[in-house]
Amino acid sequence: MPVAQSQDKPQEKPRSFQDLILTLHNYWSAQGCVILQPHDVEVGAGTLHPATVLRALGPKPWNAAYVQPSRRPGDGRYGENPNRLQHYYQYQVILKPNPPNMQDLYLGSLEAIGLDLRTHDIRFVEDDWENPTVGAWGLGWEVWCDGMEVSQYTYFQQVGGLDVSPVAGELTYGLERLAMYVFGVDNVYDLPFNDPDAPLGRLTYGDVFLENERQQSEANFHGYDVAVLKRQFEDMEQQVPLMLARAYQGKSLVLPAYDMVLKASHLFNLMNARGAIAVAERASYIGRIRDLCKLCASAWVEQQEAA
Amino acid sequence: MPQLLLELFSEEIPARMQAGAARDLERMAREHLAAAGFLPEALKTFAGPRRLTLVVEGLPIAQADRKEELKGPRVGAPPQALEGFLRKAGLTQDQLVERDGVWMAFIEKTGRPTPEIVAEMVEAIIRGFPWPKSMTWGVSKLRWVRPLKRILCVFDREVVPFAIEGIEAGDITEGHRFMRVGFGWGGQPFKARDFDEYAKGLLEHFVVLDVEERKARILEGCKTLCFARNLELVEDIGLLEEVAGLAEWPTPVLGDMDPVFLDLPGEVIRTSMRTHQKYFAVRKPDGEGLAPHFITVANVQAADGGAVIASGNAKVLSSRLSDARFFWDEDVKVGFEPWLEKLNGVTFHAKLGTMKERVDRIVALAAEIAPLVGADVEKAREAARLAKADLASQMVGEFPELQGLMGGYYARAAGMDAEIADAIRDHYKPQGPSDAVPTAPLSVAVALADKLDTLVGFFAIDEKPTGSKDPYALRRAALGVIRILLESNKPFALTNVLAFAAMCHSEMPPSYPLSNEAALTGGSLPDLVPFFADRLKVTLKDQGKRHDLVDAVFALGDDDLVRIVARVEALDGFLKTDDGKNLLAGYKRASNILKAEEKKGWKGEGVAVLPPSASEPEIALYDAVRLVQKPLAEAMEAENFTAAMQQLAGLRGPVDAFLDSVFVNSDIEVERNSRLSTLAAVRQAMNRVADFSLIGG
Repeated sequence: MPVAQSQDKPQEKPRSFQDLILTLHNYWSAQGCVILQPHDVEVGAGTLHPATVLRALGPKPWNAAYVQPSRRPGDGRYGENPNRLQHYYQYQVILKPNPPNMQDLYLGSLEAIGLDLRTHDIRFVEDDWENPTVGAWGLGWEVWCDGMEVSQYTYFQQVGGLDVSPVAGELTYGLERLAMYVFGVDNVYDLPFNDPDAPLGRLTYGDVFLENERQQSEANFHGYDVAVLKRQFEDMEQQVPLMLARAYQGKSLVLPAYDMVLKASHLFNLMNARGAIAVAERASYIGRIRDLCKLCASAWVEQQEAA
Repeated sequence: MPQLLLELFSEEIPARMQAGAARDLERMAREHLAAAGFLPEALKTFAGPRRLTLVVEGLPIAQADRKEELKGPRVGAPPQALEGFLRKAGLTQDQLVERDGVWMAFIEKTGRPTPEIVAEMVEAIIRGFPWPKSMTWGVSKLRWVRPLKRILCVFDREVVPFAIEGIEAGDITEGHRFMRVGFGWGGQPFKARDFDEYAKGLLEHFVVLDVEERKARILEGCKTLCFARNLELVEDIGLLEEVAGLAEWPTPVLGDMDPVFLDLPGEVIRTSMRTHQKYFAVRKPDGEGLAPHFITVANVQAADGGAVIASGNAKVLSSRLSDARFFWDEDVKVGFEPWLEKLNGVTFHAKLGTMKERVDRIVALAAEIAPLVGADVEKAREAARLAKADLASQMVGEFPELQGLMGGYYARAAGMDAEIADAIRDHYKPQGPSDAVPTAPLSVAVALADKLDTLVGFFAIDEKPTGSKDPYALRRAALGVIRILLESNKPFALTNVLAFAAMCHSEMPPSYPLSNEAALTGGSLPDLVPFFADRLKVTLKDQGKRHDLVDAVFALGDDDLVRIVARVEALDGFLKTDDGKNLLAGYKRASNILKAEEKKGWKGEGVAVLPPSASEPEIALYDAVRLVQKPLAEAMEAENFTAAMQQLAGLRGPVDAFLDSVFVNSDIEVERNSRLSTLAAVRQAMNRVADFSLIGG
C-alpha cells in the first residue's frame, strides 16, 4: 500500500478564502480529478450536484472535484451569527471507485492547505452519513482537526435506494469553517476573500456576502409566498415523471428530470424555513422527494449500464 | 509450542465497536480451533482504532493423526444397505473387515498442517464477522467495518500463505498513522514474525496495542497534568472507554477554557465537553465547581508539545459553550408556559397521544399520590405540570440527557419554589441501578406519577417488555417505583394507584387514541401487578432473598411493597430458626394430609369439637391454635411480622407432638373430623402470614 509522502517542510499557507479553493483545485486536479463548476440549480449540499448523486451510480469510473454553493434557508441569521449562514460553500470530491489510498490523499489535501500534520491532531471519528431525501447512505467519519469537524468522509453504499457498485468515496469540506480555522478568524465575515495585499484592494467575506445573508434571510423567513412555493413544488413533482417518460435518442430525459427533483427539494426547504410544514407532514414531503429521486436514479443506472 | 499471530489492519474502526470486536474475534477463533481439534494453551485478542489482533499460544504444527472405526451393516444384510454404507463412508468393499458378524472399516486420517486450518479460519472469520454495521469499498466484494488494508498472519514465525479478495497475508504491519521515526509523517511499515516482535514494533512505531494500557496511559497522563496545575480530574469511565478507542498513541493535552463560561451549570459544561468534544472536565481540588480548563486526548505527541492542539480545541470549546450560553439565555427568556404550549404538538407515542395529554395525566396522578407520600397536593400538581416543559427548551433539544436537570435550573432561575424545582429536577430518577432515588416527598410524588403513567400506558397498548427487548425501559421504570417506595417506607396500595392511573388514561378527551375500555383493561394491563411482583423478586433476589418467600407472601394478594418486603424479611428470619424449619416441615405434612382428605371430599364444615376421647397432643394443639389466634391477629394488624412469626413459633412443639403421635384418619368419624379440623386451623393461622405451601425445602 502506498504510504503518504512525508513533507519535511510545512507548505506555504493559502492567503485567502479563494486561495484555499484554488489550492484544493490544484491538489485534486493533480490527482486526476476533473475540476467542475457548481451546478446551477439551488441545492442544500454539495452531494446533490448530479456529479455526485448520479455519477456515484453505475459502473463507470468517475473522479471529480468542485465547489458547490449550498443553501440552507432555515440556517439564515441575517448576517448576525459569526458561524451560521443560509448560503455557504462546500468543497466536494467524489472518487469512484474509491482508490485504496483515499485516506492518504485526503490527508495530503489538508497538508496542501497548510495544516502541519505533526502539530495538529487529526482524527477519524465514526459518523454514518445519510441523506433521506435522496435515499442515500454510507459509512465513514467526521474528520476532526484539533477537535473541530473539518470534513465529512463517506464511502457511499446506497444512492437513490440503489447499491453503489463500485463504491464511491466522497469528501466534503465545509469551506468557511475550514478557512476560519486555517486563518485563525472567529467571525466568518472577517475572512479575507482575496489576498489581503491584493493590489486592487482587499475584500472580506462580509464585503461579498453580508448583504446577501440579510436579504435572503428575510426572504426565507418572511418573504416567500407559501402558496406559491407549494404550487411550484407540486408542479415540479408532476413534471418529473413526465420528463422521464420523454426520450431523446432512445434515452429518457433523466438529467432534466433530476434538476426538477433538486428544485422540488429546494422549494421544500423554503417552505420549511417559512414554518409552513407541520411536523407530521415533514416525513411525507421527504418521502415524496425521495420517490422522485429514486425514479431518476433507476433511469440513470439503466442508461449507464446500457452504454 | 508454536504461536499464531493474526492482525487485521483497517481504516479507523468506530470506538464503540472495538470491545465487542475483540470478544467476537476471540469467540470465533476459539470455536474454529476447537472444531479442528486444537486446545491452545492461551488465546488473547486486542482491538484498537485500526487493528484487531489475535495471538494464540501453544498450537501443534499439525492436527494429530486420527483413527476412526466405522460400524457398517451386519454381514448378510441386503446389498442396498452395504452399498449405502460404502457410499456414505467413501470406501470400497475390500477395505471392510468382518468383526462379530458386522462389517467394520478402520480408517486412518492424517492430521492436516495447522497453517491450512489457520488460513481457512481467518477467511471464515473475515467473511462472517458480526460487525454491527459493515460496508464494501472500491471494487472489492469483501465486507468489513471500514476498508480492510492488510492481513498479518504468521504461524511458528512463518507467513501463513493465503489471500482474501486480493489482500495477501504477510508479515508486515504498520505503525501510527502520523507519528514516525525521523522526519515527516505517515504510517511506517515494519515486519513482525511473532508476538514479541509485533508488540515491540508497535511501541517503536507509536502504537499502544492493549486498550487497558491505553486507558491507564490516559488516566495517568490526565492526573499528571492535573497535579502540575493543582487540579482534579472529573473521572468519566464511559468517556475513558471511548477516547481509548480513538487514539493509538493517546496523549492527554490540557487546554484552557474561557472562564466567562463558568457561570453556566456545571452539568451543561461537562455534557457539552463530553458529547461534542470528548473532553474530560477538571475541577479545583477544594471546591465543587469546575475549573476553567479541559483535557483532550490527542492521538499524537506533537512536536510543539501540544500548544497548537490545545489552542485549537480551546477555540472549538468556546464556540460550543457560546451555543450553550445562547440556549440558556433564550430558554430563560422563553420560560415554562410557552414550552408547555409546544408540548401540545409533540407526540408522546402514536397510541398514547401527545406530551400535553401525558402531562395532564401525570398532574392528576401526582395529586392522587401526594397525600400517600406526605407531599402537598397543590405543589405536586404544579411540579407535575411543569416537569416535562424543559423537553421543549433549546438546551434539552441539544442535550437530551439534561432533561429534568435543566427544568430544575430554569425553575430556580424563574424564582419558583425550591421544592418544586427539585421535584422537576429529580422526577426522572432513578435512571439506573446506580442512580440515587428521590426522597423529598414532592419529588417522590412526581417521580412515581411519571413512571406509573408510563407503565400503565404501555401495558394498555400491549407494549410490555419481552425477553431482552424493552424499548420503553419499562423494567427500569418498575424497578424505579419499587426502589422509591421501599426507600420512602410508607404504606402504598399499589393496585389502587394503578387503577387510578388507568382511569386517567380512560378520561382523556375523545381524540385520545386509546379507547376507554382499552385504557382500563386492555392489552397487557392484567399482567402489570405480576410484572411488579417479578421485578420485586429480582430486587430481593439481588439482595440475597429467596424468591419462593416472595411468592409465598405475594400469594396473599397484598400489594403494598413495603409490607411485602417486611413480611419476606420476617419470614426469612423465621425460617432460619430451628422452630421455623420444623414448623414448615410440620405445615407440609399437615397440608399433605388435608389435601388428600379434601380430595376425598372432606370439607371441614361446622365447628370442630374435641371429642372426649381426645389425647394429650390433640388437646395441646387444639388449645395452642385457639390461643394463638388473638395475638397473631394483633401482630398482623400492627404489621409487626416478627411478632407474628414468634406467635407461630409457639405452634411448633404442639404440631410436632401431634403429628408424631396422633393417627389422623381415625375410623371414628368424630375423631377424624376433629383432628383434620385442628390441622386445618393450623394451616389457616399460618397462611395469614404467608402461603407456606409455596415455600420450598
